[in-house]
Amino acid sequence: MARQLNGVVRAAGFVLLLLLLIPLTGWSKEAIPVAEDPEIEKRMLALTMDLRCLVCQNEPISDSRAEFSNDIRREIREQIKANKTDEEIIQFLVDRYGDFILYNPPVKSTTVMLWFGPAILFVIALGALIVHLRRRRVQIEDISLSQEQLETAEALLNEEKKGKNV
Amino acid sequence: MMRYLIPLFAFMILAAFLLVGLSLNPRQVPSPLIDKPAPKFQLNQLHEPDKIMSSDENLGKVWMLNVWASWCVACRDEHPLLVQLAKSGIVPIYGLNYKDERNTALQWLKRFGDPYAISIVDSDGKVGIDYGVYGVPETYVIDKKGIIRHKQIGPVTVDSLEKTIIPLIKELQQQV
Repeated sequence: MARQLNGVVRAAGFVLLLLLLIPLTGWSKEAIPVAEDPEIEKRMLALTMDLRCLVCQNEPISDSRAEFSNDIRREIREQIKANKTDEEIIQFLVDRYGDFILYNPPVKSTTVMLWFGPAILFVIALGALIVHLRRRRVQIEDISLSQEQLETAEALLNEEKKGKNV
Repeated sequence: MMRYLIPLFAFMILAAFLLVGLSLNPRQVPSPLIDKPAPKFQLNQLHEPDKIMSSDENLGKVWMLNVWASWCVACRDEHPLLVQLAKSGIVPIYGLNYKDERNTALQWLKRFGDPYAISIVDSDGKVGIDYGVYGVPETYVIDKKGIIRHKQIGPVTVDSLEKTIIPLIKELQQQV
């Protein structure tokens, strides 16, 4: 009797072990297509890569999951569907959010420093370096030694060599 | 002497730039809509959804458009101030209920007070995009000709009301 029970427990244990070995499939839905038209999605993505998310400022809209970026993406999709050109869409956004939304702002009076400031600083720094190096070259003078000094120096060097040999 | 003065001056210029930089707020993106006509809208009203309000109805008066939502935490901070401003009768405030749900929005107004002459519903945020909204709350001051004169990004404060918004409104109301 006890033996029989033992057998049942073993069998049950074995079945349990087998059950544990069944690979549990992760049931996931098929990915929902982001847009019906991959062509639109491609253009939208290309556009949003150069647009700044104003909420999360250091992220382009294409990468951002902020509500703001969702809205802009939706707006851009709709405008692409409405056959607007890329330029028209960018202008639409600049009219509303300003140049700040562009990662590539146009050159104009307010952005001159942004575009050329680093180059100007570089030129100033380069100029300072050249002036400094020239000045230093003037400061270095060749000191000419007299015959007597040269002989003394040679004698001292020879002495040292001899000393080492000993 | 010059040797020591040049680095000192260079440092002072750098320090001045950094000091100015510290006081700038990168979240305050200057709006290109200032001094431009306020985008037109025709939206359903929050309280009476069958009624439509058009932005043209406000031509001829100075008004404030406050973008708010019940999910917006910062809106709660500024709300008592708006209620107070509405009571003072200085300027009518219109509320743009931005990407919100009607019932929660109505409850929110019941709970915190309703400073709005009319609240209009922008459920999908389309008008928000037209106004360049990116962080709620935002508040616009619009003059008699329908031109945006000021945009406050983030909550209105006592300071911004007293120093900027109210003086500007009074000045605009003087204009014909």
